[in-house]
Order: sequence, then structure tokens, then C-alpha cells
Amino acid sequence: MKFTWSWLKDHLDTSEDMATILDALPMLGLEVESLVDNAASLAPFTIAKIETASKHPNADSLQVCTVNTGKGTIEVVCGAPNARAGLVGVFAPVGSYVPGIDLTLTEAEIRGVTSNGMMCSEREMMLSDEHDGIIELDDDAPLGESYAEWAGLNDPVIEIAITPNRADCLGVRGVARDLAAAGYGTLKPLQADPVKAEGDSLITWNIDASAADLCPRVTGRSFSGVTNGASPRWMQQRLNAVGQRPLSALVDITNYIMIDLGRPLHAYDADKISGDTLTIRLAKDGEEFTALNEKTYKLDGEMITIADAHGADDLAGIMGGERTGISDATTSMFLEIAIFDQISVATTGRKLNLNSDARYRFERGLDVTSPDTTMDYVSAMVVSICGGTASAITEAGAGADWQRQIAYRPARCAELTAVDVAPAKQAEILETLGFTVSQNSADDWAVAPPPWRGDIVGSADLVEEITRIVGFDAIPEVALPRLNVVAAPAVDAAQKRPHTIRRLLASRGMMEAVTFSFLDAKTAQRFGGGDLALTLVNAISSDLTTMRPTIMPNLLAALMRNNARGEADAAIFEVGPIFPADGPEDQRTSTAGLRVGMTAPREWTGAARPVDWADARADAMAVLAGLGVNTDSLQTTTEAPDWYHPGQSGALCQGRKVLACFGAIHPAVIADYDLKGPAAGFEINLEDVMLPKAKGPARPLAQLSPYQQVSRDFAFILDRSVTSEQLLRAIKGAGKPLVSSAVVFDVYQGKGIADDAKSVAVAVTLQPTKATLTEDEIEATSSAIVAAVAKHCGGTLRG
Amino acid sequence: MLPDLDQLKDSVLASIDEAGSLDELDAIRVDALGKKGSISTAMKSLGQLEGDARREAGQALNTIKTAVADAIDAKKAVLARAALDEKLATEKVDVTLSPRPEPEGRIHPLSRTLEEVTAIFAEMGFTVAEGPDIESDFYNFTALNIPPEHPARQEHDTFYLTPDDEGKRKVLRTHTSPVQIRTMEKVEPPIRIIAPGRTYRSDHDATHSPMFHQCEGLVIGKDIHMGHLKGCLIDFCRAFFGVDDLPVRFRPSYFPFTEPSAEVDIGCSREGGGLKIGAGDDWLEILGSGMVNPKVLENCGIDPDEYQGFAFGMGLERIAMLKYGIPDLRPFYDSDLRWMRHYGFLPFDPPSIHLGLNPGGAK
Repeated sequence: MKFTWSWLKDHLDTSEDMATILDALPMLGLEVESLVDNAASLAPFTIAKIETASKHPNADSLQVCTVNTGKGTIEVVCGAPNARAGLVGVFAPVGSYVPGIDLTLTEAEIRGVTSNGMMCSEREMMLSDEHDGIIELDDDAPLGESYAEWAGLNDPVIEIAITPNRADCLGVRGVARDLAAAGYGTLKPLQADPVKAEGDSLITWNIDASAADLCPRVTGRSFSGVTNGASPRWMQQRLNAVGQRPLSALVDITNYIMIDLGRPLHAYDADKISGDTLTIRLAKDGEEFTALNEKTYKLDGEMITIADAHGADDLAGIMGGERTGISDATTSMFLEIAIFDQISVATTGRKLNLNSDARYRFERGLDVTSPDTTMDYVSAMVVSICGGTASAITEAGAGADWQRQIAYRPARCAELTAVDVAPAKQAEILETLGFTVSQNSADDWAVAPPPWRGDIVGSADLVEEITRIVGFDAIPEVALPRLNVVAAPAVDAAQKRPHTIRRLLASRGMMEAVTFSFLDAKTAQRFGGGDLALTLVNAISSDLTTMRPTIMPNLLAALMRNNARGEADAAIFEVGPIFPADGPEDQRTSTAGLRVGMTAPREWTGAARPVDWADARADAMAVLAGLGVNTDSLQTTTEAPDWYHPGQSGALCQGRKVLACFGAIHPAVIADYDLKGPAAGFEINLEDVMLPKAKGPARPLAQLSPYQQVSRDFAFILDRSVTSEQLLRAIKGAGKPLVSSAVVFDVYQGKGIADDAKSVAVAVTLQPTKATLTEDEIEATSSAIVAAVAKHCGGTLRG
Repeated sequence: MLPDLDQLKDSVLASIDEAGSLDELDAIRVDALGKKGSISTAMKSLGQLEGDARREAGQALNTIKTAVADAIDAKKAVLARAALDEKLATEKVDVTLSPRPEPEGRIHPLSRTLEEVTAIFAEMGFTVAEGPDIESDFYNFTALNIPPEHPARQEHDTFYLTPDDEGKRKVLRTHTSPVQIRTMEKVEPPIRIIAPGRTYRSDHDATHSPMFHQCEGLVIGKDIHMGHLKGCLIDFCRAFFGVDDLPVRFRPSYFPFTEPSAEVDIGCSREGGGLKIGAGDDWLEILGSGMVNPKVLENCGIDPDEYQGFAFGMGLERIAMLKYGIPDLRPFYDSDLRWMRHYGFLPFDPPSIHLGLNPGGAK
């Protein structure tokens, strides 16, 4: 909402300066978005006339002009193509600062001719980007006067943001009313002497039964013998200042009133209306009309339209029709001041994707009495500017049922906000804002909101009105009462997990990424998702249409971008939501990690090696361990999603339940993402990992045996299909309870071993707890291990 | 014939002193203490003496023998050390070479910020509540007093999912406020929660991302008033930005689910081109807040005549950018390793109340 300082003062009688008002507005809830004050920067520029213009003796593109500045005649060199004798324009004398060229003018010799200033374009004064020529003003513009003053450009333009509840402040008068209530002046009465009505209106209103609920009130009157020329200079200046292009007096008046009072109007050319009745009705399905924006719209049976004998030619509250619109030749105008249902206007506007300043105000709610209370004000303006005579008023609709009483206790103010405002002061504030206060008793008030405050529905709204006028600075700062002397944790065990995992994976050298929850449909399908139910209907880009089924493709894309930037080796992870389905319980918190390239940059120790599936398995196991899983009890299967390498991937399971999958990334996927090296990753859905049973903080007693542990190495020949997990399980099972660890330290297949076999070497540690082991005991355990490996794994000791 | 003992001692000790290598020293030992060595030979000749002379000479020889043995040991240590020094001198390396690489991971600034926010609100008795990113129209709008066609809905730039068979379309939550509703439906007052999470709006430019993060707050009790809202949020802002005298301003505003509603600004200064959080001549908007609208309480089955409270919401990216001087929004989601190394946080120094909210414990 834009207005000018002088416009505000038309409604607000105040001695406050502008800075005070600008500080006051945001504290009333009217946020100041911008202030444009050209007065200072435009001060040097005056109106001047080119008396003669002749070609520069030394430059084809320049002219030497004699310029009448109002104080004398001087010589100015000018390069503008439109410079000519008789042109009245804007002059900057020597010594003035010209903002558009960031230069303070000096007496300058241009190709041998002295120039004593310059004639300016709009861009040179930073008024617009217009630079095709110098400004051309009306011939009668007063020479020597301040250009800014004459053109109304020294009236500061203020823009404020209006929250959706404050439709009343979509007009200058509403802003003035708020300021007056807060003590920054008084609201001037609306000058509105009734104009003399002559004869009946050429057009009469009819509200069809179909729209009776949607149009509670409409008034109108015709104006005959009007002249629709240019609107007065002051009106054009204000409309220009707030960004409304002046068109013609009648149109300008409707736009001016819309800004002035927040009251959109519509003006018809009465001579173009077929018949003598305008009917407000629901449109017929498929009915078409061409709006003032020259676009044709197809209406449906839920939209309010205004029709004459010929048909619909107005979309109520949104935009008028081209057929019955005002033109420069209009001599007979019919004025509409109506109230339409907010929701109906909003729905229609949304369906047709048609925005207008009128719609913006209608859907937020107008002063529902305005068809009656603003008619005189508007009529007086029309007659005084365009001449002619006004008819009697035509009207329809009994008016909106807007009057309501809100039960209120003055104590409510302090209860809700802790601000003590004396009841008398509360009543005064409400009354200045237009409310009617009936004090039945000290704690039983009935408060009636004014017709322009449709947003006020309950006592909390009244408290807000009172406290915002008193000022939120009056609200005391009160610390929240402490619940516990020692604060309790903010998160539960499940909520703590993402934090734990982030630190764990970052400690393992991985960078935490945060990537979008949506990706493109094709990728979603490739990675096991892409349900229609998880697809956006109004995505902003085809890359972001579908909720992600897993984090992995986002990490692949992220590392692709980093690879392309020359970061060959990288490790990243994310902890975030994935979306297997669209129900409120379906969302999962997942973590995924991805390493690509070498484990480290190339350097002198040669420690770096290509990443592989075992790195990913280590990451996954570290996360599971961090989540409290006993990783010794996990089983590994070779089943992983198909974006992993089929021979170098697996899943970590508890029983049959998959907790994690890991592996080298499938070479085809690596190629799809144009990754520059090998890649390996893992994925874990946190909800799949049960929370450890709460056992309290105490640990079981440590069992630290005083007896020497013994290590024995075994090498077994096994079929290649036997896994190390099977082998170690056999060894640990056979050696119970002496075997404290069994670790594979070598795997060999090749020369000296059968083609389908491999040799696996295992270091087994025996830890006695009751006495030092004897050779016999060691031998018995070794034999048991060898026997178990033979039985369960078909393995033999390597000779 | 017994040699001159003093001379014997002096000559052996002198030769030990002069020994230049362990081999030489060993030869001296054999010459003096070996079976046929000078001292051993002198010992053997003691038998030729009688009585006191024999005893005195024996004692003197033993003293000499001990002195020689000690001298050899001492010399041996000196020579061994010299030999070691010589060997080590050949093992010199270039210690300016880089150590073996240990890649350093980083925590994303958003996670860090969330932890800081959580730590502060935990201190004020809040717990964390959660809700789904895919929401129904009811939780995202209607229950929050934003009926269909309300102008406030249009300002949300909502993402809609494909409608189901009945024509119902779910939304990506446009704010974390639905978690207020889900919490109040489940939990009896008093309530003190924060609800951080992902939020979505169909807006994409330099200052807007289609996905971003908010943290909601909700406090419901029998006598929670707007003074508590003010105290709580001032306490938060000052702790989060680490500025004890940070000016905090409350301006009237509008949210359909709060009444009265307030925008919260913090003081800042832009002197010299840079932005500094603290007392200054300018304000930065960082929070929306207000007293929970009685209609919202009713929608959740809470009697507004018995309970009242406040709610607030803030953008985590925005407060992270302000606190940590991160100029642009888009790189938050771009996973550029250079950005992550620069703006990310080491994992071993998490924020806490007792060790400080800021990295390194700096205020």
C-alpha cells in the first residue's frame, strides 16, 4: 500500500513530522517497506525553456541552445535529439549534482562552446529509465520554478505492508485513523456535502435471487453531461506517485478513491449499457466476457457477474467489462458502489487467475456500509472534476448483517498481555478506532466493531487493538517459570539419534549435507519411489517433482557436482526424511553416506587407496554401533537395492530384519552420475533400528581375567561360497567359552589352491578365566575348532 | 711379585678413559680383569704374602678391581650412547612433511543452529515435538484458523500433492505450525514444546528456497501471558546471538493462529557496510509470534477460558545466516564441499549450556 505524505495529511490533522510518523507506523502493525523522498535530490532542478537551438559548430550530434531559466537567458550545449526551440523542460544549473550521471556540473567547454548547465532527461534525475530525450513539460509550466514542486515530486512516497486482517488500511484514511487513535493527530471528517440529485438514474440496480446472498448491498447513480478529459494535475501526481497510471478523469477518480478510502468503484459508460437495468447474478456456465484487460474469460455458475440486457460485462469485485467501459468520449457515466462476498470474489479470482487491486481489497473485506457512506464523497468529486449532473441514487440489497456485540471484560487485557490499561483508556482507544463500547457493568462490556473491521471477532482481538495502540513496548518481560531446577533433556532417545549420527559420521571424516526432500520423477522411480501420491501437482521445476524414496540419489548428485568442480575424493552424508508413502505415519528418518574416489588425496605416504564396499560396511556398522546395536550379533546377507554393485554389496540384518544396506555403487549408476572414481555408500532407516532397552546407566561388572591369553593361527581351505561370517561363527561356536576373538587376517585364492577354493587365515584368541591354559586344553580347543569348520563349512586345515 | 698397586690402578683407568670403541674397551677389560689380566694375576700372587700384608694387599686389590669394573661400565654407557647418536644421525627425516591424511568431517550449519536453539529452549523447559512433512489441509491450514480462500493462504505459496481418489490433496507443510495442533491434540496442558523441521513453499530465488527449515514453539498453561512470550523470546535471542544487551523489539502483526500477534526484531548496526548484531540504529526481523488464538485452542479441544499461551516460529536458515555471517541461502542445500569446509562445524565441540553455545566456547 503506497501513499504520499500530503495525501495522509488530507485525512490526518497532525503537527508531527514525517520521521515521527514513520517510526509510529510499524509499532501500530503497519510495517514501513520503503520511503522515497525526492525533495532534496531534485531541489536544484528548475523549469526552463529552450528559446533557440542551432547546430553546434564543431559537432553534428550536438546543438547549442539559448535557454530561458526564468532568471535570465544562458547558453547550454545539448545532445538530446528532441532539443528544439520552444521546448519547455528541466534545467540543472552549474553547481548542481545530477544523480543519474553522478556528477556535479561545472561551467564546461564542449567542443569549443561553453555550456552553463544542462537540460535533463528523466534518467539523469533518476526518476525513471527514460533517456530517449530530455523531458518535455507543458508549455505553460512556470519558468524558473522548482520542477519537483510543480510536478508534485517532492511529496514523499511511503509504502507500507498491510497484513491480511487490516483491509481497512488498504486506504489512506484507514492509516490516518490508526495514527489518530495512537495519539499522532486527529482524523479529519470526510468532506461530503450531498450533491444535488436531478432526475432518476439512467440505470437501476437489480440483484437476482441467485446472488442475493453474495451481494448484500449495492448503490449507484448516473452522471449526465460529464467531460472525461484528463484528471487534474494534483490527482495525476498522486496516482503517479503510488504507481497508478492516470488514464482519464473518470477512471482516475475511481482509482483515486480506491487508494484514498480503500473503496474500489466501477464506472460504466451508461450509454453503452443495453437496457436500463444492471443485474447482479451468478454467471451461466460457459458465459464469456471480455474484461478491461482485453482478455476474454469463460465464467462458471459460481461466479458473480453484472449483466445488462446484452449479457455479462463485469466480474463483480474483480474487473469491469470492455464493452461497457469508460472511454474518453464518455458523457454519461453510471457509478457502482457494491459489497460482494469475500470468499466468492477470492474463489473467482483464483479460478480465473485474475488479480486486480479491486479483488485484493474485496477479498480482504470492505467497509460494508460504504455503498451508502461514500456515495456523496465520490459524487462530489465526479461533479467537481467532470462537471455534469448527478441523478438520484439507485440501490438494491438490504445491507450486510455486520453489526455484532463482543462480550468483553477490561481485565482480559492484563490477563492476556500483562499490560494494565485503565478501563476508561481501553474504552477511549476502542472508540477512537470506531468501536462502540457499552459498559453494562465494570466487568461486562459489549463492544461493537465498526463496519470496516470484519476481522474483529472476539475478546482477544479487542485486547490486540488496545495493546497495539498502547504499544507493545508496554508489555513487561517476564521469564518463563522454571519447571525443574536442573533442566530435563529436550529430546527423547529416538530424537537424540540424528544428533549422535551426525557427530559420529562427521568424526569419520564425512561432510554433512542437507539436500531437498524432492527430486525428479525419473530418479525417484529409479530409486524405488515415484508414486503419484508423492508427486507434486505444482512443482516449481521438473527437477523437484517427487518426494524422495531414499537420500542416496541426492548424495550421488551432490558428489557429481563436486566431481565436476574438481573435487575428486569426497565423503558426505545426510540425516533426513524419506517418504515411502504419503500418510502421516509413513515418513522415515534415514541416514545415508557416500564416499567417492580415493580415501584421501594423493600424498607422500601412499596411504590413500580407492574407496570400496568395505568402507561403506564400516560406516554402516559404526552407525549401528552408535545406535546401540550389538554388531557382533548381526548377520550379513547379499541383498541390497539394485543401485549397488550386485557382487559387492549387502545388508546387515538382525534375524530377518534388514537394518542397513551397504556396498559399492553399481558401475552403471556411477556412469549415470558421471562420477570420476569408484563409489561406496550405505543407507539406514533409523526407525528400523530398535531403541536399546533402557537398563539404567550402570554397567555390568568388567570381567578382567588375570590369566594369560593365548593366540593360535589357523589357515583353512574352503569352498569360495563359504563366507567369513560362516567360518567365524563355526570357530566361535566350537571354541566357547574360551575363544574371545577370531579375526580373519588373510584371504588367498589362486596358485596352489583349487579353482573353486580359497584359503582363509584366522587369528584366534583364547582367554582362560579360571586357570592358565595347559597345552592339552589348547590342543583340545584347536581340534574342536578344526572339526567344527570341517562339519559346518566343509573346510580343511591348509597343509 | 706384587706390582705397584697405585701404578696398576692409574694405568688401567687411564687406558679405559682413552678407549675409543666398545671393542677397545673390551680388550682393556680382558687385559685387566680377564683370567690372565693384570689385576687377576696380581690377585693370584697374593698367596706369596703373609698375614696383615696379605690382608691389606687383598683389600687394596679388591678396591682397584671394583673401581676398574665401574669405570668400564661407565665408559661403556658413554660409548654406547655415542654409537646410538651416530646411528640416529643417519635416520634423520624431513619433519615438515604432511602427516598421514585424516579427512575431517563437518556438521552442517543448520544442524549446528538447531542444536543451539534446542539447547537454549531445553534450559527453559521445552521438549522437542515432531510432525510429518506431508500434511493434510486440516493441520496445515484449517485447524490453524486459515479457512479455504483466506487471503493468508495465498501468501503461503503451497505445494500440493496429487489428489487422491476422493479429490483430497495433501500439502507439503508450509510452516511447522501444524505440529502445534498435533501436540495439543495429543498432550494435556501444560505444554512447552519446540518443533523444528523442514518446511516447503513454491518460491525459488536468491532469498527463497522451495525447502527451508523452521522451528516452532508453543507454550500453553493456565496463566501464560504475553509478558512470558516477551521474556522467553528476549532470553532466547540474547542467548542465541550471545549479546547480553541485544535490543529486542515487538511489533504488532498478524497470523491467523495467534491473537495478539507480534513480529520480533533484533537490533543491528550496518555501520561501515558490515552487519553487526547488537545495539545499533537498525532492526532485523527474525521471528513471528503471538498469543494462541482461542479458536485454535478450541480446534484442539482445549478450553480457551481455562488455558492460554503463546506460539512462535523462526526460520533456522535466517538465524544461522545472521549469527554466522553466511551471506547466501542457496548454498545451504548445494553440498559444495568448499562451502561445507568453510561454514561447517567440527563434530567434537557441540553446543551446550555448560561448555558454551558457540564453537570454542566464545561468547
